[in-house]
Amino acid sequence: MLSGSAPRTSAAAQAPAVRQRRKHHLWVLYFYGSAIGKKAVMAVTGIVLLGFVLMHMVGNLKLYYPDAERHLNAYGEWLRTFGEPALPHTGFLWILRGGLILSFILHIHAAVSLTLMNRQARPIKYQGGRSYAAADYAARTMRWSGFIIGFYVLFHLADLTWGNANPDFIRGEPYNNLYYSFERVPVALVYIVANLLLGLHIYHGAWSLFQSLGLANPRFNQWRRTFAAVFAAAIVIGNVSFPIAVLAGAVDEPEHITGEARLIEHAHTLGTAAETLPGVTFHA
Amino acid sequence: MSKNLNLTLRVWRQRGPADSGAFGTYKADGINDDMSFLEMLDVVNERLIGDGKDPIAFDHDCREGICGSCGFVIDGRPHGPQPGTTVCQLHMRHFNDGDDITVEPWRAAAFPIIKDLVVSRAPFDKIIQAGGYISAPTGAARDANSTLIPKPTADLAFDAAACIGCGACVAACPNGAAQLFTSAKIAHLNLLPQGQPERWSRVTSMVEVMESYFGSCTNYRECEAVCPKGISIDFIAKMNRDFLQAKFRDKKKLAGGPLGDAG
Amino acid sequence: MPELNASVPPGPLAEKWDNHKFDTKLVAPQNRRKFQIIVVGTGLAGGAAAATLGEMGYNVKAFCFQDSPRRAHSIAAQGGINAAKNYKSDGDSVHRLFYDTIKGGDYRAREANVHRLAEISTQIIDQCVAQGVPFAREYGGLLDNRSFGGAQVSRTFYARGQTGQQLELGAYQALSRQVELGSVKMYPRTEMLDLVMKDGRAVGIVVRDLVTGEITSHSAHAVVLATGGYGNVFFLSTNAKGSNVTATWRAHKRGAYFANPCYTQIHPTCIPVSGDYQSKLTLMSESLRNDGRVWVPKAKGDKRPANQIPDAERDYYLERRYPSFGNLVPRDVASRAAKVVVDEGYGVGEIANGVYLDFADAIRRLGRATIEQRYGNLFDMYAKITGDNPYEVPMRIYPAVHYTMGGLWVDYNLMSNIPGLFVIGEANFSDHGANRLGASALMQGLADGYFVLPTTIAGELATQLNQPPVSTDSAEFRAAEQSVKDGISRLLGIKGSRTVDSFHRQLGKTMWEHCGMARNTAGLTAALKEIGQLREEFWSDVRVLGENESLNQSLEKAGRVADFLELGELMCQDALHREESCGGHFREEHQTPDGEALRDDDNFAYVAAWEFAGAGRPGVLHKEDLNFEFVHLAQRSYK
Repeated sequence: MLSGSAPRTSAAAQAPAVRQRRKHHLWVLYFYGSAIGKKAVMAVTGIVLLGFVLMHMVGNLKLYYPDAERHLNAYGEWLRTFGEPALPHTGFLWILRGGLILSFILHIHAAVSLTLMNRQARPIKYQGGRSYAAADYAARTMRWSGFIIGFYVLFHLADLTWGNANPDFIRGEPYNNLYYSFERVPVALVYIVANLLLGLHIYHGAWSLFQSLGLANPRFNQWRRTFAAVFAAAIVIGNVSFPIAVLAGAVDEPEHITGEARLIEHAHTLGTAAETLPGVTFHA
Repeated sequence: MSKNLNLTLRVWRQRGPADSGAFGTYKADGINDDMSFLEMLDVVNERLIGDGKDPIAFDHDCREGICGSCGFVIDGRPHGPQPGTTVCQLHMRHFNDGDDITVEPWRAAAFPIIKDLVVSRAPFDKIIQAGGYISAPTGAARDANSTLIPKPTADLAFDAAACIGCGACVAACPNGAAQLFTSAKIAHLNLLPQGQPERWSRVTSMVEVMESYFGSCTNYRECEAVCPKGISIDFIAKMNRDFLQAKFRDKKKLAGGPLGDAG
Repeated sequence: MPELNASVPPGPLAEKWDNHKFDTKLVAPQNRRKFQIIVVGTGLAGGAAAATLGEMGYNVKAFCFQDSPRRAHSIAAQGGINAAKNYKSDGDSVHRLFYDTIKGGDYRAREANVHRLAEISTQIIDQCVAQGVPFAREYGGLLDNRSFGGAQVSRTFYARGQTGQQLELGAYQALSRQVELGSVKMYPRTEMLDLVMKDGRAVGIVVRDLVTGEITSHSAHAVVLATGGYGNVFFLSTNAKGSNVTATWRAHKRGAYFANPCYTQIHPTCIPVSGDYQSKLTLMSESLRNDGRVWVPKAKGDKRPANQIPDAERDYYLERRYPSFGNLVPRDVASRAAKVVVDEGYGVGEIANGVYLDFADAIRRLGRATIEQRYGNLFDMYAKITGDNPYEVPMRIYPAVHYTMGGLWVDYNLMSNIPGLFVIGEANFSDHGANRLGASALMQGLADGYFVLPTTIAGELATQLNQPPVSTDSAEFRAAEQSVKDGISRLLGIKGSRTVDSFHRQLGKTMWEHCGMARNTAGLTAALKEIGQLREEFWSDVRVLGENESLNQSLEKAGRVADFLELGELMCQDALHREESCGGHFREEHQTPDGEALRDDDNFAYVAAWEFAGAGRPGVLHKEDLNFEFVHLAQRSYK
């Protein structure tokens, strides 16, 4: 026997918990199993979602065109018909939606599982409180802003895509839906708050993604923060202006100038008469 | 000219890992403001022993800010209010007469409390053991000047290598993550030409061990702000990049075998 | 009086090491796993030795009292590491490094060891660079050098002001690799409290787990002590608070000879004491003397701020007294010169206990940026501690205890007089004679750990092939464990009135006054008496609260201070017996008319190795004569 007694070593007394990770044979799962992998996925899906909110905001700027209703509705129509006949009707839109849904789910799944991991890493908080030296409000509230935005997105879909949260909803008439949605002050306020939170989320996220993907270089590091701030500001200013414009009366009431043909065609596609669509009101 | 301070300390007291612990309150009167924070605790401890009370346990050794032994949270900030300073180098002139000071140990699942302000930082050693070295058998080295290293590269590697392993980064991180510590060692070695053969295996295995104990990075930058050696979070980005690159590389190359490259 | 045999190999100086390596018995690779080796301490020497021995295939157990092997006090070395690379083509060579070291040590070191050290110095740099130690580089990508005290060449390699840290981390990383590979088993937060002997051989150690208080035994074919120096006997020193003599002292009490304990290096550039609460002294690297100028006002008690004292009213006393080496005289010379001016009343600062180290000229000449790059971290540290900005006002410095040249006696193989017990690094009485040159401690620690010990230990192990290690259940281990437990119970049972630190401070004060920078018969005799009384008081009145079975820092300190008290007496005894001045040992009775150290080569050219004869009893002196075959003994002159 080489050594003497070794049963009760201090190493055992002080040993912290070790998290055992499953070794996936599938490369992509193994990669996603690591926290850095998950952060990279959050960054990439974040970029997809950033692209979406940017396009979404820019598209909605058509609200300020002189002939806003026609332009906005035509844009909606374009999204549904783009790529035809190579793609089926709304095919392109569903590809976009598929990418968005996947990004959204992965973004949330990664965030939730990393949050759980991080909770385990500090089970006991500082009992005497703590003071932050660098983390700004945006960084510290990512989980809350993300959580609220997630729920807001569901409401937003119910309000403006599915229509069940909007009594004035007309499928295929985004201008109408948007107008009547924002005319309701509480909805407009919720929208504004959600967008401010989205701005906060982007302010940290659009900077953070560079770190997560390993994109750091003294030559452009200072621009990462500028980029995130400008991006967040653009999204917030653009998006928040819409309900304000509607409430301030700067946007014309919908005139359903989308054209009968389009509407009938649309109803036909759905196999329903336009008149029977839920929540449809003709103002004519 | 030095002056005297009368302070009230609220110090975390915990008999052992299993004990739940609580704050104890202590008067620290007549503290010379030229003292270091640890010298102030020495004075408090001498008085406690005089009163027959258990002195406050805290880790410390070199008391010149390089060994990395000392460290606890002062008023919610690891190593206290002075940036770039370990508690042994923090002097009482940065406090005011009448201050209430709260002192608490590092808190992280990976750093169980041993007693009072003393924690175990054994997982840091585990991370280094996983690959925080260059395999250079003793005596097999060629002449030191046969490898030219550009000064900026050597300087950057040094910036990373300056880490003292005190654990403040973990203590400060709201996620209890050890990315700054781990990335500093990875960057030190992965930047140097000598470190290239093991570059990809190093980052993969060190990250794996790191993640088995610690939380993940959400880019709060708290670690960088409290690091007594001013280690930059740019090294975390570098670690992420190396990790991602390693993951996208051929496994045979990762193994550092005959197909391994030096890039 | 028995003579000690240092086992120095025969032959010409430059061939001794090569011949010896060939003549030393080897342990074949397949046999190495049959051997168990214990390494205590994980600084440069211990860390490097454990890593290298593990890599060679031995089973190694490594112990350190710190929470991680990376924190050993080698990490605090600032300035650099010497190597005879001659990269600067300024006339350096192995022989010059050898000669400088012998001369710097005031001709009290063993020639063969020093030459080996100089030879190996170049390999150390190669090894460390291969490990990734980020030494300073020039723009062309080559390694940079600076010069240090006691040398007229640039041979010091450095990593900003954190050379020790980087070398220590290099050794720690090499050690970590072996821990991962399973060849080294690491025991952090574990303190060695006794050496176990059987039939005159060292066969293992008894340790205390500092977290649980558990006392355990570990058996081995060889025990390597790499536990550093004993400067903390002075309480205030540049050592880490945990640095202690316990491992070597307990080995001494088991029969290992303690050599030259009075050789203490007082480092000239430390931050002066600011008050009674002071817990340690902080070194400002000697490298600062490359660019800083040391001065005091020409007028006694001049209270003007430094920048209001015109140049003509300043005494640059080092440049005046030693024109050729100037501010870069060896440490012992610089320290004594500072003591002289302060004692004469020229001291500066609030309590007139320092001298100025002024960078104004260098900042004018080189620009602030250059100075910042060279010494930035040191300047920051100075500012943090003192609250003064050294870029604007000169630093105040004063000598402080820094390094101990004495230690356990070892032969050429680094083995003590006890077979199977090896001592490396600062813990042995070393290659530095009576004074160590700057940037040579790191060199010696790594030379011993990476290159010397792994070679020489094989010669001893070869004699033990196929002998199993002594069982830890044997009577010898049981008895040692019991004596450790008894010692702990005794300390806890005194329940006196004074704290451990109060005894330590008092011991330190006595040592500094009487066995510090200058010593004399009266003072040393008084100190012996005082320390004896203090030791008795300690054992009857120390207050150690708490229990053994958990982390108890007072108990740890108490055990260490108990050993320091015994060591202090031996140091004074050694200082008293050495009726000469040499290097770090300055006897006021023995000085030249202009105040330089006066050696007595006829009577004292030997190593004084003391055998333990019981606490409070004078040690028994053994001598190893120093035969200088290759250098000519001369009065050191740095003028």
